[in-house]
Amino acid sequence: MIHEETAKLLTWLIPLPPVLAFALILLFTNRNKWLSHTLAIGAALLSWLTSMLVTVFFAFRIEHFGDHPIEDSINWLPLGDSWFRVGVLIDPLSALVLFFVAWTVLAIFVYSVGYHNYGQPEGDHDHKGLPPHGATVEEHGHKHVVPSVEPMYARFFAFIGLFAFGMFTLVVSDNLLTLFVGWEIMGLCSYLLIGFWYAKPSARDAAVKAFMTTRVGDVFMLLGIAYLYSVTSTLSFRTIFTESVLHTLATVPSGFLGFSAAGLIGLLLFIGTVGKSAQFPLHVWLPDAMEGPTPVSAMIHAATMVSAGVYAVIRMFPLISLDEKTMTIVAFIGAFTAIFAATIAVAQNDIKRVLAYSTISQLGFMIAALGIHAYIAAVFHLITHAFFKALLFLGSGSVIHGMEHGVLHTGNHNVDPQDMFNMGGLKNKMPITFWTFLIGGFALSGFPLVTAGFWSKDEIFADAFGNGHWTVFITLAVAAFLTAFYTMRQITLTFLGEPRTKEAEHAQETPWTMTLPLVILSIFAIGYGWVGIPEHFPVLGGLVPNWLHEFVGGTLVEHPEVVEFSWTPLLTSFVVALGGLALGYFMYRDVNLPAEDKLQIGFLKNKYYFDEIYDTIFVKPAFWFAEKFVYQFLDKGVIDGILHLFGPATNEIGAGIRNYFDLPIINRFIGDGSADATYWFGGKLRAIQTGRIQQYLMLTLIIFIAIGIVLYFFKLA
Amino acid sequence: MVPLSWYLIFSAALFSIGLFGVLSRRNAVAILLGIELMLNSVNVNLAAFWRYGDVMDIAGQVFAIIVFAVAAAEVSVGLALVISVYRRRNTVIADDLNMLKW
Repeated sequence: MIHEETAKLLTWLIPLPPVLAFALILLFTNRNKWLSHTLAIGAALLSWLTSMLVTVFFAFRIEHFGDHPIEDSINWLPLGDSWFRVGVLIDPLSALVLFFVAWTVLAIFVYSVGYHNYGQPEGDHDHKGLPPHGATVEEHGHKHVVPSVEPMYARFFAFIGLFAFGMFTLVVSDNLLTLFVGWEIMGLCSYLLIGFWYAKPSARDAAVKAFMTTRVGDVFMLLGIAYLYSVTSTLSFRTIFTESVLHTLATVPSGFLGFSAAGLIGLLLFIGTVGKSAQFPLHVWLPDAMEGPTPVSAMIHAATMVSAGVYAVIRMFPLISLDEKTMTIVAFIGAFTAIFAATIAVAQNDIKRVLAYSTISQLGFMIAALGIHAYIAAVFHLITHAFFKALLFLGSGSVIHGMEHGVLHTGNHNVDPQDMFNMGGLKNKMPITFWTFLIGGFALSGFPLVTAGFWSKDEIFADAFGNGHWTVFITLAVAAFLTAFYTMRQITLTFLGEPRTKEAEHAQETPWTMTLPLVILSIFAIGYGWVGIPEHFPVLGGLVPNWLHEFVGGTLVEHPEVVEFSWTPLLTSFVVALGGLALGYFMYRDVNLPAEDKLQIGFLKNKYYFDEIYDTIFVKPAFWFAEKFVYQFLDKGVIDGILHLFGPATNEIGAGIRNYFDLPIINRFIGDGSADATYWFGGKLRAIQTGRIQQYLMLTLIIFIAIGIVLYFFKLA
Repeated sequence: MVPLSWYLIFSAALFSIGLFGVLSRRNAVAILLGIELMLNSVNVNLAAFWRYGDVMDIAGQVFAIIVFAVAAAEVSVGLALVISVYRRRNTVIADDLNMLKW
């Protein structure tokens, strides 16, 4: 237990180490791999340590922490006679998020060392911007190919350092503005890291797609923030969530389709989340984002950044929940995304893409839970999901790494190391990866009683059922069934049975830097569920106090009620989890070729043709608009036309001025004229310049006498 | 004592004679002589004014002496020039010395 002032100070310091590491790596150590990753991991470790001090040794130990959270702020922007204040806020919600962020970030930093083949030789013909191709080494007289180290190793650690800074900033922020700053930093890092292997056209396109798609959401979110500020003149959470401000927000009409101000702001902020958390209809970027290195997929596109989207709506829940219309939209989008993405995941063959769609689907679960006022369930699922999805992604990265080893061994580069149909039987080759992946997969499926995923999903079901949201309940139940199904399909195709390719036969377990994070995360994937077991649960209920409910509930002014226990949702989660797992296993245990897979339906395989639809509706018209209108009409026609008009027109005016003003008036009249006049006068006056001094003197004398006479007669002297 | 005006009339007459010489003579030596006369008429003036003014203030006398010195210098340079011109051009008529004229 640490002192409160210390906790405040530490909270300010949490985001600092990663950004320092980013700067140091970028400026100084980028040529040294060891220093770079030591700096990055050291920074992650420091952030982890401060986070643990603030959460485990402070926040989690205080009763009714929600009533007096850690908050501290400073004057930042002068605004006329007042100040815009920024600061840090750790309440139960951000404490929990901080907890899992710190753990996953640290785990993934360590994992990246192994993933990028630290300690391996330089590649034979590796290029910057391309994944390493392997290096030939000679051992005992014969050559063989081993994985080679990533050419841009330091750069990777710099980027994930900056990313971690963005995430920590977002979590500890006490206002929407700095939250948005962190949000955008992560957006940038996401772009940089998806396009990390920028020499691959697919990675480039994916990076641009991710950036552009999330930008759509971010613009709306910024609008929401601006609107919120114009209504309340504050962006600080604690000020907004006071009764009077919320009352104002709920009663002021927005003038848009009958929404209240709160409803419209909530909707705008939610659109930001739809972009960031890849919800329908802005989900298209996340599967493509799998082009990035796997640690990036795990950290940004599963555990932290996409969770940050959900975190933002959970954070703004008191505001969003004011308008029931917005809540309905939220619930609908969430539930629809959950089932929609799950159906696509069923037909994907790329091991990472299955997980990507699964992530979209699970984020949909959280959004749906929030939409039906199941606040705690949403938080619970957010945390458990972050752990087990990071675990699954890292596991898949480990599998791919093992497969790449096999590919290097056989030298057949036509085999896609990410295609699950090229795998099989990896259970014996990669035991640690298998068992941890199994734990992650079961947690994702909601394997009853043991895994964390079961408890969080069960809570969502219980809330949906208990509050009578039948549509959401049934949709999510089907989605959960599909989740279990595709997870088992993945596990069966990847790990069970016999190796289907030579490459799979030669797959190898990955180094400890990769397996250790897997083991740590799998502990959380199981153990984290136990903090939130409902008290009225048969047999297990009450054995461990439902700490999570108590703790998270404290974030809200009104403590949410515990839903009454009911057998229906419990049995539903049992049935869908076990049923899905069993079906997945029995359907796929004998499938060896994509052709034998009955679910390779074109419609699902091509993700409902969403990419094609968007291409037709948005991308092609945009290109057409750019080409035909902007380039050919506006640029070539109007702008160039005007410019081409300017040239000759200026020429004409210039010639006119020259011919009718410059030449006749300036040159002829003033210039030559003055010279001529001077010449003429000179010629005339020359006559009196006789050169005879006596004549001059005579003239002087005459003038002198004349002046004398004048002066004398007029009495002037 | 002779009144001051006599001196002044004398001086003016002397100056006019000198001026007439300068204006009317064609010989350069004669022109120089005219200039000398004009300078001397000035000296007469200076001496007269000193004598009839504050006798203790010798500025008039000093000035007259300076004029002598200047006149001597001027005449020596002027005559040297005239002799030099005479040697080259074999003439001392001022009107014939017109090489700088346009």
